[in-house]
Amino acid sequence: MDYAANLMLSLPEVILGIGAVILMMFSAWGGPGATRAVSWASVAVLFGAGVALTGPAGHGGDAYLGLYHADAFAAFAKVLIYIATAVAIIMAPGFFQRTAGDNLRPEYPVLMLLSATGMGLMVSAGDLLTLYVGLELQSLAAYVLASFMRRDQRSAEAGLKYFVLGALASGILLYGVSLVYGFTGTTLFRGIADAYAIDAANPVKSLGMVFGLVFVFAGLAFKISAVPFHMWTPDVYEGAPTPVTAFFASAPKVAAIGLAVRVAVEAMGPALGEWRQIVIFAALASIILGAVAAIGQTNIKRLLAYSSINNVGFALVGLAAGTPEGVAGVMTYMAIYVAMTLGSFLVVLQMRDADGQPVESIASLSGMSRTRPALAAAMAIFMFSLAGIPPLFGFYAKFAVFSAAVQAGLFPLAAIGIAASTIGAYYYLRIVKTMYFDDPAPAFVKGEEGALQGGLIALAAVAVSPLGYLAIPALGAWSMAAAQALF
Amino acid sequence: MIQAIAFYLFAAILVVSAGLTISSRNPVHSVMWLILAFFNAAGLMVLVGAEFIAMLLVIVYVGAVAVLFLFVVMMMDIDFAQLKTDVARYAAIGLALGAALAAEIMIAAFAWNAGRIDLTRRVAPVDRALPNIEALGQLLYTRYLFLFEAAGFVLLVAMIGAIVLTHRERAGTRAQNISRQVARRPQDATRNVKPAVGQGVEL
Repeated sequence: MDYAANLMLSLPEVILGIGAVILMMFSAWGGPGATRAVSWASVAVLFGAGVALTGPAGHGGDAYLGLYHADAFAAFAKVLIYIATAVAIIMAPGFFQRTAGDNLRPEYPVLMLLSATGMGLMVSAGDLLTLYVGLELQSLAAYVLASFMRRDQRSAEAGLKYFVLGALASGILLYGVSLVYGFTGTTLFRGIADAYAIDAANPVKSLGMVFGLVFVFAGLAFKISAVPFHMWTPDVYEGAPTPVTAFFASAPKVAAIGLAVRVAVEAMGPALGEWRQIVIFAALASIILGAVAAIGQTNIKRLLAYSSINNVGFALVGLAAGTPEGVAGVMTYMAIYVAMTLGSFLVVLQMRDADGQPVESIASLSGMSRTRPALAAAMAIFMFSLAGIPPLFGFYAKFAVFSAAVQAGLFPLAAIGIAASTIGAYYYLRIVKTMYFDDPAPAFVKGEEGALQGGLIALAAVAVSPLGYLAIPALGAWSMAAAQALF
Repeated sequence: MIQAIAFYLFAAILVVSAGLTISSRNPVHSVMWLILAFFNAAGLMVLVGAEFIAMLLVIVYVGAVAVLFLFVVMMMDIDFAQLKTDVARYAAIGLALGAALAAEIMIAAFAWNAGRIDLTRRVAPVDRALPNIEALGQLLYTRYLFLFEAAGFVLLVAMIGAIVLTHRERAGTRAQNISRQVARRPQDATRNVKPAVGQGVEL
């Protein structure tokens, strides 16, 4: 296969990379005035990359001698990533315009595009090197985005914290990667799987390979913010500008989960017994801690950070099953999770006081059902859905992962997870109670771009409403095709 | 024979300069000794046939890291009297650590001679005839070209990030205007005068 054919297989990344470089030129010469144009151009580039997935890039197989997989799994994850990134770009200009301090500069969408390139590499990785380069590309852009509001101290703190802890996570991951490489003799996922299969047949297991596996999973747990490596999440989510927080909670999460699934199933599938223990522990710890620690929160962004930790735990339940059904459940979960989370953050963006400054306290939501009934109804739908209460679509997400776990015989995991999800329901319902039964707080003012964001909120609300069940046949088939690509 | 002489030369200078790096009082001298140590380590790497690592040592460590250290050292405000008392205080701990390291190195050397530890399952045998720069280059620009380009994007993000986070337009600074400088002609900037004797020039 010549190089052009390989490039065609990685066309989404090529489009994103070239698009980012060209738009960087525009922003360098255009200055802050070019922000809106560059933002919309970035959305167009993301759309183009998504369209490219319909070609060979969506199902063409291996490129670059196995370094890169253009399969249905990668395509599924990339569609979610591109949608989430585009929404995070669209919601930014309004936020930065209203917020005192820094203006939005056109580098914001450019960095988003570069981050999306890295995320595409992550979910397409077929080699430990691709994994690492993709992860670093995504993370490095994310560190900058976290501290994008330079004059805001919390934003700077969030960026620094994220950078230091992210570098630590990369170090742990690289240590694991070096051990895996040293003991298997290859960085290709397929070769690693062969080595683990040989090792699994041996009566004496190679200690180095187990250690490498543990460190790789620890590093990945950092990136998906699973307990016990979640400490950075609330601080970073609270400090980062709200559109960036929405981005962190959606696209990189999908990419990191996709990467973890790929490493677990494709590279270390024969070592299922070893990593299943880690995944089960991380899943249960994330579900329980994400639920319990969120109860005392007063800041809506911190609460949503704990909610994302909680949700990652549920997604890992599907991975623990280690079956195609489990992986399909994880991907279904992430698709619905992205809709719920982006919707919640779009509502959070609407929260601003009379001066137009953003407010983040949960108390300020009091009585929103009377001042902004439509917004309150949308938020209630997202909260009920995140809690997994049956008529809403979030229930189906949880159902998919738990049924896979039960099919794989993991009854204790499913039982404890379902029990813990009722703890999580408490704090989601508390927000609904605050909106509907508390005395009204001062109403939030409406922004200029109300129509666009209102449309996005309505779209997300419809997607997670009971109407979403109409999508189950398509979503189920698509996520199953994605999962089959790994086995 | 010649390799042996070269080895002992490099090794002796390396050890001495490493010692002077930590014992010299002036931090700037320390950095200088460190650079010398890097150079000699690079020489040793050449002797064992790892010329790529040797070049990395010279280019990356001497060229970038050591110069960076030098800048940091020059910007520090060092209290030399405090430094001297600290050395005496921590001498025992430092010596213990040094002794442990030396013992470790010796043990490792004995172990190596007794029979090497087979850590890796080599999938690709090393070709002795191929210099390792060529071997690396062949992989880097063929098989791993895609990742090499992606790594370039990582550096691009680092550059954009550094500019986005630190650059701001300050009022009252005079930026360089290259086109104006280029467009400047001699007659705008120079004047030919013929002063009368004893009168001087008025500027």
